[in-house]
Amino acid sequence: MSRIAKRFSDLASKNRKALITYVVAGDPTLDITNTLMHEMVASGADLLELGVPFSDPMAEGPIIQAAHERALSNSVTLTQIFEVVSRFRQKDKETPVVLMGYANPIERMSYEKFARAASDAGVDAVLTVDLPIEEIAFSSRIFAEFGLESILLVSPTSSEERIHRIVSKAEGFIYSVALTGVTGDKNLDFNQVKSQVMSIRRLSSLPVVVGFGIKDAETAKSISSVSDGVVVGSAIVDCLAKQLLAPSIAISNVRSFVSAIRDGMDGIAYDLQVD
Amino acid sequence: MNTDMRASAFSSMPDEDGKFGIFGGRFVSETLVSALSELEEFYKKISSEEKFMEQLDEDLVSYVGRPTPLYEANRWSDQIGGARILFKREDLNHTGAHKINNAVGQALLAKHMGKTRIIAETGAGQHGVATATIAARLGLECQIFMGEKDIKRQELNVYRMKLLGAEVVSVCSGSRTLKDAMNEAMRDWVTRVDDTFYVIGTVAGPHPYPMLVRDFQSVIGREARIQSLDKIGRLPDALVACVGGGSNAIGLFYPFLDDAGVSMFGVEAGGKGLETGQHAAPLNSGLPGILHGNRTYLMQTNDGQIMDTHSVSAGLDYPGVGPEHAWLKDIGRVEYVVSSDEEALAAFQNVTRIEGIMPALETAHALAYTEKLAADLDSDKCIIVNFSGRGDKDIQTVAQLKGIEV
Repeated sequence: MSRIAKRFSDLASKNRKALITYVVAGDPTLDITNTLMHEMVASGADLLELGVPFSDPMAEGPIIQAAHERALSNSVTLTQIFEVVSRFRQKDKETPVVLMGYANPIERMSYEKFARAASDAGVDAVLTVDLPIEEIAFSSRIFAEFGLESILLVSPTSSEERIHRIVSKAEGFIYSVALTGVTGDKNLDFNQVKSQVMSIRRLSSLPVVVGFGIKDAETAKSISSVSDGVVVGSAIVDCLAKQLLAPSIAISNVRSFVSAIRDGMDGIAYDLQVD
Repeated sequence: MNTDMRASAFSSMPDEDGKFGIFGGRFVSETLVSALSELEEFYKKISSEEKFMEQLDEDLVSYVGRPTPLYEANRWSDQIGGARILFKREDLNHTGAHKINNAVGQALLAKHMGKTRIIAETGAGQHGVATATIAARLGLECQIFMGEKDIKRQELNVYRMKLLGAEVVSVCSGSRTLKDAMNEAMRDWVTRVDDTFYVIGTVAGPHPYPMLVRDFQSVIGREARIQSLDKIGRLPDALVACVGGGSNAIGLFYPFLDDAGVSMFGVEAGGKGLETGQHAAPLNSGLPGILHGNRTYLMQTNDGQIMDTHSVSAGLDYPGVGPEHAWLKDIGRVEYVVSSDEEALAAFQNVTRIEGIMPALETAHALAYTEKLAADLDSDKCIIVNFSGRGDKDIQTVAQLKGIEV
């Protein structure tokens, strides 16, 4: 059983929803990323998503774009990111780590070298934003050879027919995009999210998590009540952006923020139990 | 568009996945896939309808001012003392460049698709002006995304767009230039995909854009072919065009691709010289990669990050290039060369003085290479250069380089 599958099955048995937290690797430094990974787990994160910085992050809103730029201003490379994951794995062997990024840096390194190094470092899955199902076959075959799962997105504009094709290729969990827009946008519509998750569930038994636009405990609570979990990114990255000169304050702010989200989500899990 | 032209090998691309060999494709996030499929389907359907094509032709004639002349640059040819040189005068189009051919076509598509808002990216501002122009004419809401740096460099075009009723959105991310404007336009499109049509200005972007833009620009080559037969009684020996994203070049080349006797030269911006790294010549010194929804040659670091580019001409200042050019390079159908900033400026000056036609700095790159090519050829040979735009917009840049205040 993969680390991701095991994590979701453990969560299900505890009736707990998955909290997936996202930071950009190397924002503002690789050391802080390493600290944050452990701190986020300690504060209630169940899976970690690390953004791989790219010069042209087309799907990101302004907060995460700026994080990519900060990381790149330190010339963060894939090799350094693998080192961070491998350092994390020395202490934490259970929490799944997903890399989220764009195809070009991977392609430059070569899919095979990337997959080998990622797998050796302890990465569990890869979400390549600009590889839709039509383009995913090649990379996902190579990733699979090295035990890496390919995470796929379903969006509000995905037709029933496309959702069918996406879930048939999906591994690990399905990432349901909450809105048409970029990361951190504001126009999340609860009913739309709910019906999208339900359409996915009708076609797949994989866990369905929702991301884009989830920025507080209340939203995390309501969205996780209709899904298997949530991804929180921009709001966490914003904690870092607001305290660039005081990293220890930034880290402590991330810790309190992640705890608050966790508490919100566990509240709903409790409510559901007593219903 | 013209199906019989797609019949043979070189002109039959892209394939049904939007690929030109390994290049092109649709590398976008899931949210945009359905919008791109919808556009592809709609375009396929409507471009086979006579009524739409008639409407487009009518716009190209009465609004854009087509056909543009094929002008023989006698004095310049004599000065060089080699091949005959003909200019395909795209500078005489409404708004002063070839960009309008495509803007008119895509805006008409937008209108037929029932979209009420169009957006575009722009670098130097030429595509932005062309899009704002056609938006004004069709009564469409229009937003133009432009890098903060370019806004400062191209004040006049910014004001022009505003006069036309467009809103110019300043893009402050990344290198604050064209590539970032394109990222931002994509982000806007993904957010308002229901009511918005994204008018991409060059033959880059995800499928079907490289095909769409090429088809709309191919009017240049179709006219040039007929005009060449008319004027010199045969096809030309060579074609020359500058290549940034490559829309004017593909527009001229495409209808000649299957004519084996016609050689073709795409001229990239050599900037301060290829060896300095300060240029915008991905076909000459880049590597294949993925940017802006397609696989193509890119100026990138060993880590796959996209590099900043340099060219005296803002319109060529782009780290990628249309995927069809990438393919034409690899199969050897088109030769891609460079002209440096310095060579382009010299050609700008020379052609202005000797022919009384002031080229855009982009066009001047093609002219600089034409000068070398013509000198090597006999006087019975004939070259057509795509005179892609007029130089008024560059007067300030040129004056500044010469230390003159305008």
